[in-house]
Amino acid sequence: MLIKKPADIKAGEITAKDLYLNRRQFIASAAGAGLAGVELLSMARPAHALEKLPNVKKSAYTVNEKSNSFKEITNYNNFYELGVEKTDPAENAKYLTTKGWTVEVEGEVKKAKTFAIDDILKLAPLEERVYRMRCVEAWSMVIPWVGLPLSALIKLAEPTNNAKYIQFVTLVDPKRMPAQKPSLFGNSIDWPYVEGLRMDEAMQPLTILSVGLYGEVLPAQNGAPLRLVVPWKYGFKSIKSIVKLRFVEKEPATSWNKMQPQEYGFYSNVNPEVDHPRWSQADERRIGELRRRKTLPFNGYGEQVASLYKGLDLKKYF
Amino acid sequence: MLHYPFCIIHSPMKPSLLKPAVFSICLIPLGQLLYRAYSDDLGVNPIDMITRVTGSWALFILLTCLSVSPLRKITGLNDLIRYRRMLGLFVFFYATLHFSTYLVLDHFFNWPRIAKDILKRPYVTAGFTAFLVMIPLALTSTSAMIRRLGKRWQQLHRLVYVAAIAAVIHFYWLVKADIRRPAQYGAVLLLLLGYRLLVNRRRPKPARMVRKTPTMEPEELR
Repeated sequence: MLIKKPADIKAGEITAKDLYLNRRQFIASAAGAGLAGVELLSMARPAHALEKLPNVKKSAYTVNEKSNSFKEITNYNNFYELGVEKTDPAENAKYLTTKGWTVEVEGEVKKAKTFAIDDILKLAPLEERVYRMRCVEAWSMVIPWVGLPLSALIKLAEPTNNAKYIQFVTLVDPKRMPAQKPSLFGNSIDWPYVEGLRMDEAMQPLTILSVGLYGEVLPAQNGAPLRLVVPWKYGFKSIKSIVKLRFVEKEPATSWNKMQPQEYGFYSNVNPEVDHPRWSQADERRIGELRRRKTLPFNGYGEQVASLYKGLDLKKYF
Repeated sequence: MLHYPFCIIHSPMKPSLLKPAVFSICLIPLGQLLYRAYSDDLGVNPIDMITRVTGSWALFILLTCLSVSPLRKITGLNDLIRYRRMLGLFVFFYATLHFSTYLVLDHFFNWPRIAKDILKRPYVTAGFTAFLVMIPLALTSTSAMIRRLGKRWQQLHRLVYVAAIAAVIHFYWLVKADIRRPAQYGAVLLLLLGYRLLVNRRRPKPARMVRKTPTMEPEELR
């Protein structure tokens, strides 16, 4: 088994002692599992080896900006199922196993179906999409996702004419998602985490189901094995670790809107002119940069998606 | 103090062995931060990390500082008063670092942006208020100032309660959803303020306020 240090991961990024010890553990477990020919790259990896995804094509839907590093993308996550601190998901990633994962499709469809991840990987050629991601907390990254258009799954689901929206549901399993265990102070979120899109938003070519990152299988802290990426909306709408898609007639409930309706709307399009009630959305901190950047309407994807919202009062429907 | 002699006669304060220790302990958070900066261990969003660490420690030391008076009364350890000024100044120190991080690292002197934040974002307004209020407290912390202000020093320094309340509110208003930490600080603050309200109801008015000794400590009269 080859243990390589690729050029883009500098020695300076490998610092903490406990990460080094985890590396030993990780090599031992990988060796024990008999995984031959898998590249073991850096300490930020989860306990299971990350496979390379085959036949990933470059997509036209790519921003010409420098991607954030794998270390940054996998060590700064809002994924409350795995802990509420930004560094918790990477630490608890080892609990989220994805063997035998299925995705149910139900609701306003001709026939309810259940997909395995392998089925989804076959729906369309895998593409690498380098997208901007803007968190509602006013920081952002550029991430090289690997995925396929959500429209491919939608077409296969055969929605009826009543299907106006899709609701997405995340896994509930306290054994694999330790922060879902009931606690004295209550749960941070009313599980399961749910999100939703209007049908035209879901069919938009930019909307993808992502199964990978940097050419490899998605790490747990980024929403393994399957997540949504809607780059023109605030990051919390890009729901992670999806187990169900429900095709529905009415606008579905979404978790952050349930929690704090005056702060998080259904649409949550990135909009520098509509501030969060408590902080400004006019600018953002691009991770890795020293100065703040101006936030772009629709996170810079206005050309592709602004037409979806023609005539909609974006201050009212935030 | 429920009953405190208005005229204390004892020898000039012995140099405290603990003062250098307390001073050093208060510098540990800064030391940690510098070490982490040096070893590139400030995480993926270093500016956010520095802001959070300096803010948390300012608030933590503030609550410690506010614990001095109640602890003195409960335990009878009068000497604790000697550390109160130092603790207070460390609060101001970390608050200044916190505010400077915001001004310089986060917004890089973008004054219009900063002004907008202070005026329009309630959590920034609260934080800025807490900091502003600390300035006169820091400036009047010297023995000379205590002497000069006399009775008014005590009145002015009640502003520390405003600073503490504003700081907790600042914290509570800025967190996205996890209010546990601000709630914990708020609970402690409530206890510390509650103690003063409930236990210090009646206090004898002393004839003389201040002793003349070479090194002046702000004497506690309540």
